[in-house]
Amino acid sequence: MLKGSVGLIALGSLLLSGAAVAQEKIKVGVTATLEGTYTVLGEDGIRGFQTALNTLGKKVGDKELEFVIASTDATPDSAVRAVRKLIEQDKVQILLSPLSGDEGIAVKNFAKSRPELTFINAASGAQETTYVDPAPNFFRYNMDGAQWQTGLGKYAYDSKGYRKIATVGEDYSFIYTQVFGLVLEFCGAGGQVTNRQWVPLGTKDFASVIAALPDDVDAIYLGLGGADAVNFLNQYQQAGGKAHLMGGSIMIDQTILSSKGSAKNALIGTIAASGQADTWEDPGWQKFVKAYQDSFPPNKRFPSPSLLATNYYGSTMALILALRQVNGDLSNNQAKLKEALAKIELDAPNGKIKLDSNRQAIGTNFVTEVVDDGKGALFSKVVKVIPNVNQTLGYDPAVFAKIGLPSRTIPECKKY
Amino acid sequence: MSLTQLHATATAVERPKFRAWPELNNPAAWLVALILVIMPLIANGFFLIEIFGTTLILGIIALSLMFLAGYGGMVSLMQLTIAGFAGYMVAVFGVSGNANISLGWPWWLATPIALVLATIFGTLGGALAVRTEGIYTIMITLAIGAAFYYFTNQNWAIFNGHTGINTVATPQFWGVDWRSDIPFYYLILGVAALCYFAVQYVSRTPFGLALQGVRDNARRMAALGFNVNAHRVAAYAFASFIAGLGGVLQVWNYRQISPGSVGVERCIDILIIAVVGGITRPVGPFIGALIFVILRTFALDVLIKFGLDGNRFRLLIGLGFLAIVFWSSDGVIGLWERWRRRQGRASSSTTGRGHG
Repeated sequence: MLKGSVGLIALGSLLLSGAAVAQEKIKVGVTATLEGTYTVLGEDGIRGFQTALNTLGKKVGDKELEFVIASTDATPDSAVRAVRKLIEQDKVQILLSPLSGDEGIAVKNFAKSRPELTFINAASGAQETTYVDPAPNFFRYNMDGAQWQTGLGKYAYDSKGYRKIATVGEDYSFIYTQVFGLVLEFCGAGGQVTNRQWVPLGTKDFASVIAALPDDVDAIYLGLGGADAVNFLNQYQQAGGKAHLMGGSIMIDQTILSSKGSAKNALIGTIAASGQADTWEDPGWQKFVKAYQDSFPPNKRFPSPSLLATNYYGSTMALILALRQVNGDLSNNQAKLKEALAKIELDAPNGKIKLDSNRQAIGTNFVTEVVDDGKGALFSKVVKVIPNVNQTLGYDPAVFAKIGLPSRTIPECKKY
Repeated sequence: MSLTQLHATATAVERPKFRAWPELNNPAAWLVALILVIMPLIANGFFLIEIFGTTLILGIIALSLMFLAGYGGMVSLMQLTIAGFAGYMVAVFGVSGNANISLGWPWWLATPIALVLATIFGTLGGALAVRTEGIYTIMITLAIGAAFYYFTNQNWAIFNGHTGINTVATPQFWGVDWRSDIPFYYLILGVAALCYFAVQYVSRTPFGLALQGVRDNARRMAALGFNVNAHRVAAYAFASFIAGLGGVLQVWNYRQISPGSVGVERCIDILIIAVVGGITRPVGPFIGALIFVILRTFALDVLIKFGLDGNRFRLLIGLGFLAIVFWSSDGVIGLWERWRRRQGRASSSTTGRGHG
């Protein structure tokens, strides 16, 4: 028995020693979806984050930034668990989290229970996160799913002549937000959305979904991401699908466009909208693409950064620049840092970004079309650049509030 | 299922030796109890809640499985589902950030209702499962778990779909915030101790003995005039209540619940915990939970420290479990008992009680 008690005492002293934390470092916790359906997205997010560190450096005044990465699987409970682990075990002072929509809502709510810390959204894009009951210490430097669809509805109606469309999307908040943005604009222009199908995140078998796609529509909008999108495209191609496609922001993205196999070729000519376009001429964007390409060998990255890499880059950039403005001062519950974060205007690779009063990004959006570069690689080509897109999509806030929150059936297909 | 049969023979040997409360005259048990009680003095917030609190909560849920499998011979994979159901009910009847779903009742009303509903839910599930044996019980309970997961994932009216229910309120009374680290730890410890002794006690009551009789030979018990199915359903009801308590603590711990919390992998986690710890004794699930939580929390860091790819941390977890099950089909408890027996033989003492 003595042996056992000695072991327990040793364990106890081990626990105590874990409490001591070295100073002169600023610890930042990062989460990404390194498991599950969105693994590929999480990995590229981390590449964007590392590109930002390579470009901007890890020094803030005389302090060094130290990062701890935790893995999630796009479910809100995995995000909360990861964030809690980072705060309580690794003692991080600042969070760069999370990646996916529902994770964002959960982490924002969690942020309220730790008002002394600072949370910077890494890439999640559900509207509710910053629109409903925002947390004062949660900052989002990427646009939400609806903002990322700005321009797509009008382009489809006016230039492509689509009148009736159907949608297929993953059944969770981010895609609701994307469809929300699309439907508002497309129906506002006079179009009709006849059918909205929702599939659970992580669906493998799309046979019933494909069979239920209506024939009498001009185009089908796909709001899928990661493994779901690749599975859908494979099965859609096998089923002989030939409809015009429209894509959401993580559907028409390097995470899908550079996937293996020929199923992705179904996407050539697909129109989409997103917070970035692969072939944008802007020197800032080109510089970022080069930095991304130089940071990793070609077989360990995509030909061009995905939306997730861009978002992680932008949030990391905001954090490092704001920390430098206040010279790494985290006293008084990080008050100075929070003030700097709220005011900062980013010259991000995908256009200028500033925050509104809910600490939500106002930024630039891109309508794109998928093209083949002649060597078999697919890229999204810029069709239209729309600057200064805000969260209410240009609507009067009172009118916008009446539309309701994005869900399976909201918004209705009409002109608001 | 070979697992339950194996251990059935194991306990059949030991049963005549049990005394009323063997813990009371076992110094090791007192030492463990003392360490658990003074834990807030040794461990900081992270270890207190994230390691030991979570261990006890998972231990409670696995304990309900241990009760069913160990004493009733029924391996139920829906114990976590019952816990999750209780957690959801706390969120739905109580106060949460989703005001359009939550009814906003105070915790002292919402919690008992959640427990009652979880017990009813588990009993109904049990009533379905008792007609089957062995692998079919596992299949039915797994099906219930999977169905519940998909239902919560798709139902927005009550369960709020994939988003789940956020910012669930936790109880505050007598001027204490029961979710702050130290009170919450003692709350979990209290509930865990209560469940542990309740299982220990029930296993020695006439009901518990009859249940073990049903496990060992259902036909003979039926011939003796026992209602076999009624005993099994009652066992499910008792286990569901325990799982429900674990679920309530779980939702207070994370203040949030979503389909990911009741996924099929989580259901299997509970089985792993029970098997690794050992299902012959109520202490087994807690040992299994401790190993599980430590592996889950630190495997990633260990891999990175050795310069390996941290993304493979699940492999390490799997290997750890494989090793334990490989060397002892009775889990850690079995290893411990074998070790004790060998020690006992070496010193030719008579303390063959085999209790940890």
